[in-house]
Order: sequence, then structure tokens, then C-alpha cells
Amino acid sequence: MVVQALVDLGVDTVFGYPGGAVLPIYDALYKHPTIKHILVRHEQAATHAAEGYARSTGKPGVVLVTSGPGATNAVTGITDALLDSIPMVVLTGQVPTTLIGTDAFQECDTVGITRHCTKHNYLVMDPDRLGPILHEAFYIATHGRPGPVVIDIPKNVQVATGTYNVPEFIQHNSYRPQVEPDADAIARAIEMIAAAERPIFYTGGGVINSGPDASAALRQLVSLTGAPITSTLMGLGAFPADDPKWLGMLGMHGTYEANMAMNRADLIIAVGARFDDRVTGRLDAFSPDSKKIHIDIDRSSINKIVPVDIAIVGDAGRALDALIAAWSDKGHKARDLGEWWRRVDGWRATRCLDFPEKTETDADIMPQRAVKALFDATRGMDPIITTEVGQHQMWAAQHFGFFAPNRWLTSGGLGTMGYGFPAAVGAQIANPDRLVICIAGEASLQMNIQEMGTVSQYRLPVKIFILNNEWMGMVRQWQELTYESRYSNSYSDSLPDFVKLADAYGWTGIRIDTLGQLEDGIAKMIETPGPVIVDCRVAKLANCFPMIPSGAAHTDMILQPNDITGTMDDEAKALV
Amino acid sequence: MKIKTEAGERHVLAVTVDNEAGILAKITGLFSARGYNIESLTVADISADHALSRITIVTSGPPAVIDQIIAQLDRLVPVHSVTDLADGGAHVEREIALVKVAGTGDKRIEALRMADVFRAKVVDTTLTSFIFEITGTSDKVDRFIALMRECGLVEVGRTGVVAIARGPEAL
Repeated sequence: MVVQALVDLGVDTVFGYPGGAVLPIYDALYKHPTIKHILVRHEQAATHAAEGYARSTGKPGVVLVTSGPGATNAVTGITDALLDSIPMVVLTGQVPTTLIGTDAFQECDTVGITRHCTKHNYLVMDPDRLGPILHEAFYIATHGRPGPVVIDIPKNVQVATGTYNVPEFIQHNSYRPQVEPDADAIARAIEMIAAAERPIFYTGGGVINSGPDASAALRQLVSLTGAPITSTLMGLGAFPADDPKWLGMLGMHGTYEANMAMNRADLIIAVGARFDDRVTGRLDAFSPDSKKIHIDIDRSSINKIVPVDIAIVGDAGRALDALIAAWSDKGHKARDLGEWWRRVDGWRATRCLDFPEKTETDADIMPQRAVKALFDATRGMDPIITTEVGQHQMWAAQHFGFFAPNRWLTSGGLGTMGYGFPAAVGAQIANPDRLVICIAGEASLQMNIQEMGTVSQYRLPVKIFILNNEWMGMVRQWQELTYESRYSNSYSDSLPDFVKLADAYGWTGIRIDTLGQLEDGIAKMIETPGPVIVDCRVAKLANCFPMIPSGAAHTDMILQPNDITGTMDDEAKALV
Repeated sequence: MKIKTEAGERHVLAVTVDNEAGILAKITGLFSARGYNIESLTVADISADHALSRITIVTSGPPAVIDQIIAQLDRLVPVHSVTDLADGGAHVEREIALVKVAGTGDKRIEALRMADVFRAKVVDTTLTSFIFEITGTSDKVDRFIALMRECGLVEVGRTGVVAIARGPEAL
């Protein structure tokens, strides 16, 4: 019944790992004609792969794991999907209902453990409820603010016969997400936008989740108003990076111009973004002179961190469409924002993303240069980029340009090291003909490096590009900033030889040591048909700038390494 | 460093939810995970088909926090509605306490006399003890219990607050 329901729900791929409590479902999947099961090497990777699948396609990712350790291993990926609003359905096996509560072999309280890291979860005790719950779970995972849903299915419920019908219409008896924006709020918002002298769009992952049409609407509205636009880490790709209105990412490692423009704006139009602490910096200094319009599908995001003047609860795409319609209905014309743009251009002139580097062919490669070279080499190929978490992630966000949604897969909210490689696996499964590259750090990659076996098994042409500086670079950077360079446990000791490791798994391994080898190494990676791991040795002590230190305001950016003081008071240390 | 806490006002929230396993854990977990206060919480099935439960939560916090609590509760999938009873104007609140008092002589007589003043009922008695049932606002129950401490109080059980808005309308 489970497998039939998955077929009826349009599922073509399941990421999972078998075990005692899910054997009946695995048997039903045996040589299944339409559902492809991807056998991962660790359940956490199954959840991240499902996230990669979901983020690159907009469809929900599906995971199948066993009870006990299968479920607990999946918890990190489930939480990651909750924080980044990724639609995902996780089926977990459970011990038979007769054994629940007896500390049976591989029993754990899966619904208890996942209660607060899922959007919703179920324990199915009645076989007749299994079908409706499966359909309802997909509805909940994909409607409103997307998120993970866990269905815990005891083994005797899996083998029992129950009635199953494809429901014609799914409606949960209490869950009614608001998707249509309030017309009155739209009308007030458009007047505020038309009247603003220093407006800025601040967009986030909600625009991506809303679908490609929302990105198109965003581009249209930005073009109509002539206002500058910045985005969060999760929102990259919704607006093209080569457009002159694009200021780059904002926040802790955002650009100087984006953060200064946010600080000096008289109107912030937040679309599908949630004023995360990484974005706002010190709250009492966050954009003090602006009015704020907040479009979000989740009412609890509104006024959670920053009080706003106009709240529009609804789907980002529909709200943007409504704003565009209201703009033309009222006959608004873009104001002359020349003075505002002159100030923005003044901030741009700091060229905050520039970095010092040597140009000799035998020079060390600056990690920023490596990302830029990768970007230049893959332009026009429309690659899907995933990242792990740390300095390399921020360098990728700063120096890799995105032009369309669903091309940038990264763990923003939870910041999960070990996300990027399995996410690349999921993205490659969903997009077999696309170039999928995981930009990784040598430390993060090792958190799910066992998935090299999965890639070999399914012959996936995934490319891993390691910015190898032999440090947990972001940890070290914070230790330099805050703890007078006492490098407690942040050195990546005893690293494997990644090229030999590639060989061991039947991949191609490439090492890049110097600047002169960079372009050829990247070209070889792209040309090689199968999976490739590139061990790109980069300057070891480079740090990620610009940066707003924790507890500082947008106007207190550190632009250069020599601005670092090395100590912080306890208040600042307590911030993460 | 000092960790700041914010004082706030008391609110009574009426929450209707699907009567399903784990919903109470989900709601109390939300409060503990996000650092909200619960002063009291009562829950019982309220519909003829046992499909719905009503949870009455007494909480406190500054207005922005109360607004967040309501929004966070409202987005839980099994939650049907969340109403801040302070928002809708007047409401009625009641709480029941069972109060056991042991003693003889003057203290016993004084306990009985005060119970009469508070309109508490005697629901059990022995030669050396009473159990009183008192119904009222939490304030009234508090005051009664405080007085009973002087008269041989040995045990208290309280229900927590249930509340409902005045007037003919339903939630």
C-alpha cells in the first residue's frame, strides 16, 4: 500500500537504507518499474540527498529508513529541512505495535524524537489510516511553508491489509495555510513602495520555494520600481547576479553595499526572508530609519525579530504578482532614484569582495580565486552548485554568480556540515544531464564522505571541488577574531590523500597545487565524464571578508584582515 | 555577563486542537523550546465525537512575545484556532482546588468558618480533617489556600484555569 500510494503521489525516487523494520516496504520496492530506490551509505545522507532532490526540482524529497538508528540518523537532515523549509517526506519503520514501549530491538520513540524537528509527524497504528496519512503528509510537506513530515509505520501495519483509495481531494481538517495575500495590505504596500526615496528589496528562500514564476515576478517588480535588491544566502539565484540592480548577498558575510543600503534605506521590502540573526546583525542598529514591508507565508515569521509596518501573509509569488498588478493599476511610475543609486555606487566603490593575491604561476591559490575560476569555467553550462558549511560556503556565495533559482543548494538555517555532498547526489539523480558541483571544505566533506560509494554505484557524474586549506577555516577565523588565535581543535589533522581516495572508489582524482594549475585542473574536472574529486590546495590562512562580527551593526563591517582586533567581550562571545 | 529577562502581562489563551496522540507534547514542547512561560495548562476533550480538545493556557510575556506565541501555536498542523481571551474583551475564568486541612480544636473550627466565607464546599471529612472544594478565579483560590496554611493545610490539588469569553458568541 505504501508503495502504491507513493506511485499515486508521483514519486519517482526514494532515498533510503533498509533494515529489519522496513523490510516489507523494501520487498514491495524490489525491481519496481517506476520508483527508483537510491541506496545511500548512511541515513543522514539520504535526508540531505532528498533535500538536494527537492531544492533542485521543487518536488518533495522522499526518504525511507528503518526504525531506531535509521530514524535517529535521519534527524539531522530532517531538522535541516525544517530550518530551510524544504519539502520532504520521511518514512520510518517501527517495531510492531505490540512491541511499542517495550524497549524492543531497534525501537526508539521516533515521533517523540522528531516532534519538534518536523512540520508534522504521524505514528500509523491503523492500516486503514495509512493511505489517507500518506496523501495528507505530502499535502502538508508541500503546502504553506514547506517542511519535513515523518510517517512512522510499525512493521505489522506494513504487512496488514487495509483499504486504500486515491483521495480525490485532500484537505487536512485544521491545516489551512494562507497563500492569497490580503488585497488591502497589497494596496497600502504599493503606495509605500511608490513613495519611497531609498527603497531596497531584501529577498530570501521563500521566493525560491514559491517556484520559478516567483523569481520572474521578482525580476519584473524590481525592474518596474528601479530599486536595488539584495538577498539572503537561501535566496541566491532568484535574481540574476549580473543585473546592475543586484547588490550581492547581505548579512554577516554579505557585501558592503548591500549592508550599507539596508542600513540607510527608507523602505525595506522583505520577500520570503525571515530577518535571521545572520542577516540583521545587532538588532537595535538594524536599518533604523526604514519602514518595512514583510511578505511571508508563515505568520509567525512576521514581527518575530524585527517589527514591520505592513505584513503580507501569503505565497511570495502571488504577493509579487499582486504588487505588480497594483503598480500598473494605479499607474505608478518608477521614481527618480538617482540620488539613492549614487550613494549605493559609492559603497560599491569600496570593492569589498576584492582580495589580495599573487599572480605568479607557482603562487598559492587564494580560495576566492578558485571559486571565481570555477564560476568562469562553468558559465553558460547552468551548473547546480551545492556547498558544505564554512568559509568555502561563504566564498562560493560571494564569488559564484547565480542567474536562476534552484541552482544553489546550501544549508543555511541549520548550517549542517556534511550537507553538500549528499545534496549533490540528490540533485544529480534529479537532473542526470546537468553539471552538479559540490564546493566543499576538506573538513565538511569528511562528514558524509562515505557517499562516494553511492555515487560509484549509480555512476553519477558528481564533481566535488574541495577548497583544501587544512583547517576548519570558519572556526579558525572566529578563534582569530575572538580568542586571540588560540586554535583549539580547528586543524584538519590526518587528512586522507583525496586523489588516492578517488582511485579507491573508482573516481577520477585531480590535485591542484598552484595558481598555474587552476584553470587546467578545472577544465579537466568538467571534461571528465564520471565522478571527479578535485583536491584544490588553497592558501591556508585566508579568511572570509567582508564580515560583520557577531553583535555588531551593519555599519561596523570588517573589510580587511588587518581590521581584526583579536578579542571580544563576553556579550559578544555569547553570540553565535 | 547578565542574561536579561523581560517581564510581561498575563494572558489566557484558548486553543482548540485535534484530539490526537502527542498534541499536548507538541504544545508544551513549543513553549519550552522557545522559552515561553506556562503558568497553567488544562486540557480536555470537548466535542461529542471526541475529535477536538480545548487547551487553556495561562502565560505571560510582553505583547510581542504573546503575539509570537499565538502565531507559533497557530501554525502547528493539528491546531484549529488560538484565541487570546484578553483580546476579545471580558471573559470568565475559573479554577477548582481540592484543599486538605488536618487539625482539631480551634483551628478546625476556624478552617470551617473561612471555608464558609469563601463558599468552599466540604467534600470529605474525618474527625481530624476536611477536604474543601473551592471554585473561583486563581486569585481567590490563592487567597483561600494562603489562609488555610494557618489552619493545618496538608495538601492541595488544583486544576489550573479554564476560561471562556462572555456573551452569546462562540470562538
